[in-house]
Parts: sequence; structure tokens; C-alpha cells
Amino acid sequence: MSVAETYEGAVTHQNASTLKSEERRESMTFFGLSLPAVLAILVVVFLPVFWLSSLSFYNAAGELSMENYARIFESALYRRTFVVTFQISIAVTVICVLLGYPLCYWLTKVPDRTAAILMVFVLVPFWTSVLVRTYAWLVLLQRNGIINSSLMSLGIIEEPLQLAHNLTGSIIGMVHIMLPFLVLPLYATMRSVDTDLVRAAVGLGSSPRGAFWRVFFPMSLPGLFAGIVLVFILSLGFFVTPALLGGGKVQMLAQRIESTITVYSNWGAASALGVVLLLLALAMIWLMNRVFGLDKLFMR
Amino acid sequence: MSSAAQSLPIEISSLCKAYGPVKALDDVSLNIAAGEFLTLLGPSGSGKTTLLMALAGFMRPDGGSIRFGDREMIATPPHKRGLGMVFQSYALFPFMTVAENVAYPLKIRGVSKSDQKTRAERALDTVQLGGYGDRRINQLSGGQRQRVALARAMVFEPQIILMDEPLSALDKKLREHMQIELKALHQKLDATVVYVTHDQREALTMSDRIAVVNHGRIEQVETPERLYRQPHSFFVADFIGESISLPVKVANDTAQLNGRVLKSDLPIAHGSGGHRLVIRPELLEVTSGAVPETANDLSGRVNDIIYQGDSVLVMVQHDSAGQINVRVPANRAGQTGLPSKGEQIGLALHPEDTIIVPEHVS
Repeated sequence: MSVAETYEGAVTHQNASTLKSEERRESMTFFGLSLPAVLAILVVVFLPVFWLSSLSFYNAAGELSMENYARIFESALYRRTFVVTFQISIAVTVICVLLGYPLCYWLTKVPDRTAAILMVFVLVPFWTSVLVRTYAWLVLLQRNGIINSSLMSLGIIEEPLQLAHNLTGSIIGMVHIMLPFLVLPLYATMRSVDTDLVRAAVGLGSSPRGAFWRVFFPMSLPGLFAGIVLVFILSLGFFVTPALLGGGKVQMLAQRIESTITVYSNWGAASALGVVLLLLALAMIWLMNRVFGLDKLFMR
Repeated sequence: MSSAAQSLPIEISSLCKAYGPVKALDDVSLNIAAGEFLTLLGPSGSGKTTLLMALAGFMRPDGGSIRFGDREMIATPPHKRGLGMVFQSYALFPFMTVAENVAYPLKIRGVSKSDQKTRAERALDTVQLGGYGDRRINQLSGGQRQRVALARAMVFEPQIILMDEPLSALDKKLREHMQIELKALHQKLDATVVYVTHDQREALTMSDRIAVVNHGRIEQVETPERLYRQPHSFFVADFIGESISLPVKVANDTAQLNGRVLKSDLPIAHGSGGHRLVIRPELLEVTSGAVPETANDLSGRVNDIIYQGDSVLVMVQHDSAGQINVRVPANRAGQTGLPSKGEQIGLALHPEDTIIVPEHVS
């Protein structure tokens, strides 16, 4: 051991300090690179959310109170809005799963080229503005729209069906807009399922149907779960489609918040509704993770 | 394992499958005896996996017949063929435990829960994974996963087990260990095993017989030793073991190398495209004096000597035939009188080692 090493009280490896500072410099670089994004999120997301949430704790007179929250739980109107919001979100999610799962499964079965072309059909509407798509549905679904006039000229119905300006219209429009959010994660997961696994199940004696339910379906659950969470949470806060296709008869939470501000200019009440929606969404994610969480799937 | 089920013979005849102009299976016929360990050996794209997939029922052939025992299977769906299968990727179900994976074939056969448990445990014991039942698949090493896949394939005592390159993902040492273990396991089980590999050494180590597959056809079916010592075609000779080859002229069942008659005890197979002399480096003998009259003389000058650990490769320049390699064991016997560079040495190729094969099988 050299004198210098003894003096420092520890064994110094050759070039140790150079290597250490090199490592520090590297981690500083990575931190520096992510700094703009971190700051942007802080300024654009966290601060406004925090500020808006804080409004909910003040009443109309500007005093600190829980009045806004109390009103949400007392008012039948507000309770009704929450129930409708959840009902619509659940209905949209269920329909998306029923339509999306078979679609994704079929996409994994067709040749890659065909699947790529079919995916474009899923994605093109996804890239189109929600507003444009909602108005397009209005054109299709209204009283003298294409669907009603076709059905009537074919003699299938006598009176036009009430498809728009109600719950049905809202759900049809929302399902169309939400479907890609289910299809994309689900399809990616299904694609990554090793085909040998299904082959192994069949080779070892499972019928093709048994192999699907015992092996393929469980393997596709993480993607299905991701899709369900996305669709459900996005549906909870959806505004444009129910506002336009619901014709004022469907009041979801986002619409209630909007009218609370624009009609009554009650920022405190609107903020309280937003906070409750945010907490409910977080609670739903937590709950869904508990029910069919990823850890359950792989770490039973 | 008990041997409640009797192993079954497999009879493949005139099996054909074409992908466009490519014949993946070109009129393949092969009989596999009950209880045999048969390896399909060939380079990638030779059709060996296609043949295995046809046996499993995952690939529908264009025509032909596959019989397990006296039952025609050609149109039977895979899940009704009653096969044990081991895949290259292991194909273990990641969301099930080791025991659940192994019990899977029993579960779908409606075996009672308690029976499933005892039989899965016994199968795991057989592959030396007793007590691993509660582990998750992602907690196992590659070799352990392979054993679980084996246990799962044999737990329901199938009469036939198919294996598609099951050891190719393992490292060399573990692979060689598993080869010996698999061979021993096969002797315990009463099952016919069809094994696919591209590794000739693995095939030689494990098989009762080897079917060499090339361009969708079976070139030769033989026991490992006969396949190595008496290949029927240049492809088989070249694919199995180490060799160098020299063109020879064949007339009236005698071969000539550069005008000199080659003495050979082995029959010369007929085929097309001329014949070649196949020389295995370890079968050549370095003689101290002149090459004896009974052997073929391939003497030449030493070009280079390469030390390879277990053996030494001596590269000899022959006057007319070009370069010939000789492998000498790196033990004491091999090292005494090891030639030096530039030295003229005697090389004897004995008649029983003189392999003459046609370029192509007819």
C-alpha cells in the first residue's frame, strides 16, 4: 500500500476518481435531457390541476368551506349525473370489448399484409378530429339521415328510429371514438403471444376452443385490461360526443362541469366536480388493477 | 414411469407437401419402430421440421399417409393424435406454475385433481425437478424450463413423443449433459421418440437411428455408426462429421484417384454426378516408415500444425490431391513422433475407412 493510499484511509483503485466523475457527468446529462419535459409537465399539468382543485375548497363568498362537496352528495341532480356518467362509460367499455376482441383476434389470424391494411381502417378514424367524426355520426343517425331513410325505403321500418339526440346516439358515437383505444393495446398484446403456446396446448390434447380459453385468452388479458382502463377512464371525462349526439338529454359529468362554469360561473362547484371525477378515475384504476391486475396474471 | 401404454410404430408413406414450386416434402416414406429414438437430421430448410409438423398435425400435407400403429392419422386433428410434444421455445405457459404446466395434459383429459398432483410430481421427479412444482416459469433457468417441457410432454404417458430441436437454445455444456439425460430418459419411458435437430453430433449421441433429410427427401436412414462409417451420398458424408473430399473416377466398382486404384472394403453406392473419396481426418494413420501395401498411400509434406486442445490437426500437402488434414489425438501416444513443419510424412488410408460416395443419390 502506498503512502497516499494510507493517507486517504481507503484503497484507491487506479483511475477510480476519473471513472466516478465520468459516471456523475453521464447521469447529469440524462437529468439535463429530461429537465424540459419535467418542467413542462410541472407547469402545464400539475400547477393548474393543483390551483383548480384548491378552488373547490372555497364557497361563493370566498371563505374556506366544504360546501361544494356537500352539495355534490346532497343534490339529486349531481348524483344522477354521476350515475349516468358511469352507466354510459360502462356500456361503452362493454360494447368496445365485444366488438374489439373478436376484431383483434381476427387480425392476428389474417396474413400480415392484410392485417396492416385492416389496421389502417382502424387508425384513419383515430387520426380524424373527434368533432368531425361526431358531426359525421349526426348526419348518419338523425331523423332523416342516411340510416333512417335507407331503412324506410327498404320498408324495414315505417317510422324513423330515434338514433341521435339521445342516449343511443351518444353511445354509438362514443364507441366509435373509443374503439381504437381498445384495439391498439389489445392487438399488440395478442401479436406478442407465442403461437407455439397455443400449438403446445393443442398438441398436448386441448381442443382448439379449449386452447383458446385456457391459453390464448389469459395471455391476451394484459392488453385487454390496458384497453378497458383506457376506454373507461377516457369515457368518464368525455365531452364533445355526448354533448352533440345527446341533444341535451344526456348529461355526463364533463358537460355538467362545463355548464356550471359557463352558465353559473361557479368555479368552486365545478372544481369540486372535477376533483371527485379525478378521484373516482384513480379509484377505478386501482380497483381494476386489484380485480384483474397484471401481478395477479403472472404472479399468482 | 409405468408403461401402461405400449409405444407405437409410425409408418410414413409417400408424404408430399409443396409450397409453390418448393417441395418441402418430396414423396417421403419412413418406418419408425415402436420404442425407437429416431432423429430427423438436416440443415435448416431441409424439410425436417415440416415432416415433424405433419406428424403432429399442424401442417396439412398434399398427400400421403401417416399411420400410428394401425390407425391412419393423416386427417386427424392435432389434439386427437395423443402426442407428447416438446418445442424449441419450450412453450411453457407463463401464467401457470411449474406443476400446473406439467399437469395441463392431465387436466384436459379429465384426470382427478389428486391424481393430477401425484402424476405431475412423479414426472417432475423423473426430470430431477422434484420440489419445483410451486415455482413460476420465469424463475427457472433455460435447462430447468427444458426439463419442465419434457415432464409435461411425458406426464400423460403418450405412446409417441415429438421433439423439435428442444436443446438448441441451451449452451454447449448443458446441451451435452441434457443429451445424455434425454437418452437415459427414453430408455425408461416406453415411447417412440421422433427428434428433430440440425446438430449432427447431437443426432449421433442420442439416436437409435438417424434419418438424414435434404431438399424434402430422406437421403439415408441408418444407425449412427453405420451412417458415419458408410454414408450413401456425398451430402450425408459431408453433413455428418468432419471430412475432406476428393473427386475420383469409378469404373467396374473400383475407384481411381489420379490414376491409382483405391483399395476399399466398402461398397460403392451408385448415383449421379460422379464420385468422391471422403477422408475423415481422424481415420488417417501417420506411418513412421513407408505406407503398408494393404493401405492407400496419401503421403505428403506437412504444411502446418494446429493445436486444438483435445487433438492436433496436421495439414499435409499431397503432390497431386491437394491438401489433406490428419487429426492426431493430443495424448502421449499421438504426440510421440509428431511431425514438424516441412517434413515428408507417410499417410495411410485403410481399406475399411476408404469411403467413396456418389455426388447425388439417384
